[in-house]
Amino acid sequence: MKVTTMRDAVATYVHDGDMVSIEGFTASICFAAAHEIIRQGRRDLILCRMTPDLIYDQMVAAGCARKLVFSYLGNPGVGPLHCVRRAVEKGIPAPLELEEYSHFGMVGRYLAGAYRLPFFPLRSYVGSDLPKVNPLIRFVESPYGDGPIAAVPPLNPDVAIIHAQRADQEGNTQLWGLLGVQKEAAFAAKHVVVVVEEIVDGAVIRTDPNRTLIPALVVDAVVREPYGAHPSYVQGYYDRDNDFYLRWDEISRDEAAARAWLEEWVWGVRDRAEYVEKMGHQCWERLAPGEAWSNPVNYGKYS
Amino acid sequence: MTDYTPSEVMIVAAARALEGVRTVFVGVGLPNIACNLARRTVAPALELIYESGVYGARPARLPLSIGDPTLVTGAISICPMVDLFGLYLQGGRVEVAFLGGAQIDRFGNLNTTVIGDYLRPNVRLPGSGGACEMAINAHRVFIIMRLKRRAFVKRLDFLTSPGHLEGAEPRAALGLSRRGPQVVVTNKCIFTFDEVTGEMALESLHPGVEMAEVQAEVGWELKVARDLRETEPPTAEELRLLREELDPGRIYTG
Repeated sequence: MKVTTMRDAVATYVHDGDMVSIEGFTASICFAAAHEIIRQGRRDLILCRMTPDLIYDQMVAAGCARKLVFSYLGNPGVGPLHCVRRAVEKGIPAPLELEEYSHFGMVGRYLAGAYRLPFFPLRSYVGSDLPKVNPLIRFVESPYGDGPIAAVPPLNPDVAIIHAQRADQEGNTQLWGLLGVQKEAAFAAKHVVVVVEEIVDGAVIRTDPNRTLIPALVVDAVVREPYGAHPSYVQGYYDRDNDFYLRWDEISRDEAAARAWLEEWVWGVRDRAEYVEKMGHQCWERLAPGEAWSNPVNYGKYS
Repeated sequence: MTDYTPSEVMIVAAARALEGVRTVFVGVGLPNIACNLARRTVAPALELIYESGVYGARPARLPLSIGDPTLVTGAISICPMVDLFGLYLQGGRVEVAFLGGAQIDRFGNLNTTVIGDYLRPNVRLPGSGGACEMAINAHRVFIIMRLKRRAFVKRLDFLTSPGHLEGAEPRAALGLSRRGPQVVVTNKCIFTFDEVTGEMALESLHPGVEMAEVQAEVGWELKVARDLRETEPPTAEELRLLREELDPGRIYTG
């Protein structure tokens, strides 16, 4: 039985010092998992994400992290991540190391990790200063004689936490909308926790196998957590809370205000369900999208 | 008639640069509006590509980030980012990429990483995102930036995304097979790049802008194209599309 609570999933699969990937590119970022990791007081984590976003800004503010591995460090369209900056520049609340790539570099790291390859070759970084500040970005000679090519090493997190629309009880997981590096991160990680808006019957999954990006084969735990990605969004379920992304810019400028926010919304609630209730139904009504259904396709019956 | 803003001239100029283009890699803000304007005017077959994995977006509202759900609904294809960077971008399917930055030098190299020293920066910027590989793999790069002296600098604090590098040595000699920066559209003027030296040259001044105003905002000795011209002002139809359909809240065009 893989279905469990967020509390148990985090207790079992996230340990002090682990390398953790909570992926999701703008969409389906599992804040619910981050908040539970904060509540359980994890320390010295190496946090990997293409875009650390508010989720890692909050985890850094709470003192969970010792290092970020990333490719775009900002509050998208708003500004910097103030808590990350405080940690890097002043060591508040703890010193923070940065390991920086480009997007394709991070994508390639996950893919090499998932494929169990020693590196991923890519056409990038020529003439850039990035390899000078990150010695893990290197150039290798093509074995076929067509010159040097950039290479990045595999990324194999101890645990990947992936938010998605739905899964069955075994962890066969379907997602749609932006796919980011969800599949690659899941196949690269040593353990995978899948967090979903809905748990559905396995028969539902089998009606649409093309949408199953992550099979139960690689999944250790399944957590049902409605609105678990707020303030990011889940395609077809709720919109991005852009107001909160703007407000966090104000809140996070001040260390005490950021801490007070964490006190109220993370340490001050038992779990995500309480957060959802505390946020209030006006919030969820405001973020409810209209409907835009896909047309069903005929897979055919071959018996 | 001068009832248009510098931002509107900038967006219109960027849109016109896309004439006949089929695929464009686009960010949020000004490039997004410029691309949507181009699709309704000079490039009807234009498909918008976002690094979040979206091909052929038809946004129903102004996207606030490149991962906005409005880019998904109604798009032609959504793919994993591995495919977006590998199949579309590196595979040579992206004709033009729009880029910008906190700093640019005269060879079109861009900095989006830090102002000051890397380890002890005065300002920590977001970093590359996908810009480094877009600069390398898109067939052509269009840059859209406001003209400011602190942005148009003699030396970058950090080179995030390569343009024509040192200029003298062509990109091809370093294994960069694609053409790199072709145009820089600003709120005051348009620059293009010399095909031999790779250096930026003033190509066109927006209506009412003096050359001295441009030189004052550029941190190196400005080169001027032999046939310097004045940017064609926006047409009534371009302004109507911008104001009534693409940015009715005047968020980017005001």
